[in-house]
This record gives sequence, structure tokens and C-alpha cells, in this order.
Amino acid sequence: MLKIRNYIKVKSIAEAYELNQKKTACILGGMVWLKMGNRNISTAIDLSGLGLDTIQETEEEFIIGCMTSLRTLETNQALHEFSHGAVKESLRHIVGVQFRNCATVGGSIYGRYGFSDVLTMLLALDTWAEFYEGGKIPLSEFVNMKKNRDVLVNIRIRKTPVFCSYRSQRNSETDFPVLACAASLLGEETRTVIGARPGRAMIVGDPLGILKNFREMTNKQRAAAIASYAEYAADHVPTGSNMRASAEYRTMLVKVLVRRTWEAVGGMKNEY
Amino acid sequence: MNINFWLNGVCINCEAEPDMILLDLLREKGCYSVKRGCETSNCGLCTVLMDGTPVLSCSILAVRAEGHKITTLEGMQKEAEEFGSFLADEGADQCGFCNPGFLMNVFAMLQELKDPSEEDILEYLAGNLCRCTGFAGQTRSILKFLQYKKEQKEADNA
Ligand SMILES: Cc1cc2nc3c(=O)[nH]c(=O)nc-3n(C[C@H](O)[C@H](O)[C@H](O)COP(=O)(O)OP(=O)(O)OC[C@H]3O[C@@H](n4cnc5c(N)ncnc54)[C@H](O)[C@@H]3O)c2cc1C
Ligand code: FES
Ligand code: FES
Repeated sequence: MLKIRNYIKVKSIAEAYELNQKKTACILGGMVWLKMGNRNISTAIDLSGLGLDTIQETEEEFIIGCMTSLRTLETNQALHEFSHGAVKESLRHIVGVQFRNCATVGGSIYGRYGFSDVLTMLLALDTWAEFYEGGKIPLSEFVNMKKNRDVLVNIRIRKTPVFCSYRSQRNSETDFPVLACAASLLGEETRTVIGARPGRAMIVGDPLGILKNFREMTNKQRAAAIASYAEYAADHVPTGSNMRASAEYRTMLVKVLVRRTWEAVGGMKNEY
Repeated sequence: MNINFWLNGVCINCEAEPDMILLDLLREKGCYSVKRGCETSNCGLCTVLMDGTPVLSCSILAVRAEGHKITTLEGMQKEAEEFGSFLADEGADQCGFCNPGFLMNVFAMLQELKDPSEEDILEYLAGNLCRCTGFAGQTRSILKFLQYKKEQKEADNA
């Protein structure tokens, strides 16, 4: 069980940062993950009084406070339209509505969990993590950084024009994903993200330029490029085994989900 | 720590340890409909409404209830009776253990979704697990209840 000696609802992010410098202190997100652990927390730091539980939209970006619930993210209409439904698709299978009303965007990103649908999805967009001390860092960098004691304040999604698609494979509807995949045409870049490998989500990359000029391709060229890129991804994405699936099965899924998400981005098929 | 919150419309002032879980406090206050069915935030049995939003009381610190309105099944007896007869008509319940959390989430859904389809219903209630049934009876009873409410409204308007 989680043990907490002190609980402080902070008045500012600065106060949270100060308190969090102690190794035994701990910031509370939605606590859904934390409460399963057996930690002894000296000071539990609650950010819920700082108005960080909403999504603001400006001309350039969506600013998502760290305490925003996954359900608020899922039901935000502007983000839903911006992401062509992908953000909602990435969230709606996570346990249940009550759960998503509790779990936060901040806790989900800060934790960088291997199984994370949230991390997989947001890596496919032009997403930045904003820290109190460390400032704004591209999510693609943060995902591989070492854990520190900073406070994640906002997640910022820049409005770089995007076409994207998200798919996950699960053994049952509300279980962790066995594999997750997001594909996006992000400005001029083609980006493919694989999560729940079961290691942390990674951007796959396209050093051979297989998907280069995807926008300009005919449907026939796209189909060929996608087939070839799906092979490439299956060859290059490290997968592992756990109780949910074997590495071999995951590698097969990499190929299938990469193909399906790219077909959806290309507007060729949308029925999956 | 001293906390103040509303429980089923009544203002409560009480002491809670910093690591006390809301579920345990609610049971201490006599709300035995609130139950713990798992240790992994997965079953939905502990669902209560916080300012009208369905949340898992097993995953929330009691001190975080400060200033909020908490509603449990004890505070929704009229609604429970009305909808309960539809559940009974479909023979939906078996052991009934999952029922309180399920009802709370159904009430939240009826507030949040306008005219939900069967698919919407299944998605909204996916976080409520039931060991005995396949939820077919429950789904039928919700659809019939929605139809009844619609007809009632139409009759009122006519
Ligand atoms: C049973 C279960 C099933 C799940 N299934 C899925 C799934 O299928 N897909 C998926 O994507 N996710 C899943 N999750 C993860 C979940 O969606 C959340 O990502 C997770 O619970 C963390 O969010 P939280 O708000 O509960 O954070 P907490 O548990 O409160 O915190 C998590 C960590 O982040 C730290 N933290 C929180 N906020 C901040 C901040 N602002 N700054 C710095 N540090 C911070 C905390 O100190 C802690 O170390 C599951 C979790 C559980 C328990
Ligand atoms: S007791 Fe199972 S989700 Fe709360
Ligand atoms: S009726 Fe027994 S758990 Fe649902």
C-alpha cells in the first residue's frame, strides 16, 4: 500500500518544485498508477489547485495542463478534429470512463510507461513537454531522457498540419495494448511511432526514404511504398515478450498496424 | 487532516489521514454500496460521482474530496428504484455485486450522453466489470429505459 506522511496542496508550481527536490517527496497526478505501488512518501504534492486541468487552444497550439484528465483530452472537440479522430482512438480503450476521469495527461507522459497509448499517440504529433525548470523539450527528446525531479507543467501540441491515424491491438477491450501504432504526415515529415513493444514507444524513422513524397504518390505507388515500409519497420523495431504476447507475434503486428495506419493516412482505407 | 465535503447532499466535516483512500472514508460514513472489487483500478465497482463526474473512489485520496460534492448510490435511491425495475424485468443481475458501481456509471452516462447508441453505451460502460453475466440483459434494460424516458418526455410535451 501507498503510505503518505504529509499531503500538501501547493499554491504555486515553484512551491511544488521546491518540495519535490526531496527524494522521498512525490507529485500526485491522478494517482491511478501510484496507488498500486508500495512507496513511502514523505510529502505528497498535489497540483490540483493550480488550474492546470484544462486545455487551452491558441492560434499556434493546444496547451494541455498536466492535471488534465485523459477523458478531457479524449472529449476535446477541437483536438479531435485536428487529429482526425486519432487522439480519441488512442484513449477510448484505456480501462473505462471513470478511470480516464481520474488518470492525468501529466502522470501519463511523465511516467513514460512502455505500454502507453498516450505516449505513442503524442509522439506522432508536434508535441512538446514543458517543465518548470527544464523549459520546453520536444516529446521525442523527453521520451529518452533520464528521470529527474522537475515538474511537468503543460503538454503543448503545436498545430503543424497533420494527417494521422492510430491503431492498437488488445487481447481484450480494456486491457493494456499488445502493440500500439501511430502514423502521421507531419508537415513534410512522415512519422511512424510504435508503442507497447512492450518497451517504451519509439519513432521508427525512414532512413531509406521509402515514404518520401508520400503526399505526391498515386494510390498504386502508395500501396507499394506502404508494403515496403511495413517490412522495414518489422525488421527494425525491437520487440519483446511478456505475458500478453511473444516478440514474434508483436513483430507480425508491427507489419500489420504500420500498413493499416498508413493506409488510413493515405485515405485509401478507413474501415479498420 | 480536517476536511469538508458534501456527501449525498449533506455537508461533512471530518478527520482523514493523508493516505486514506476515499472509498474507505465513504464506507466509514455508512455508504456500504461503495465496494472494492480489485486492486488495479480496473473493475469500476467503486464508482461514485464527484461533482457529477464518475470517478474511481479506490484511486482517490480522501483529502482530495475537500470542497467537492460526492454522490453514492445511497444518495440516488429514487433513480435506482426507477431504473432497477428495468434491470429486474430483463433478469439482468445475477449475484448483483457489480450493481452499485454499474448503476452509478449508468446515471453518469444518462447525464453526459444525449441519445446514446448501443455502441456508445457499451463503450461508456466498458470499465464496469461483471463476473457473472455478459451484460446483455443490462444493455437491453438501458435501451428500454431510454425508450421509456423518451416516450415519457414526448407525452409531457404533447
Ligand atoms: C490498471 C491500469 C491500466 C492501464 N491501462 C493503460 C492503457 O491501456 N493504456 C495507457 O496508455 N495507459 C494505461 N494505464 C496508465 C494510465 O493511463 C496513466 O498513464 C497512469 O495511471 C499515470 O497517470 P496518473 O495520472 O494516474 O499518474 P500518477 O499515478 O499520479 O503518477 C505517475 C507518475 O508521474 C509522476 N507525476 C505525475 N504528474 C506529474 C507532474 N506534473 N510532474 C512530474 N511528475 C509527475 C508521479 O510522481 C508518478 O511518479 C493504465 C494504468 C493502470 C493502473
Ligand atoms: S475497486 Fe476496482 S476499480 Fe476501484
Ligand atoms: S452480477 Fe455478479 S458480478 Fe455482476
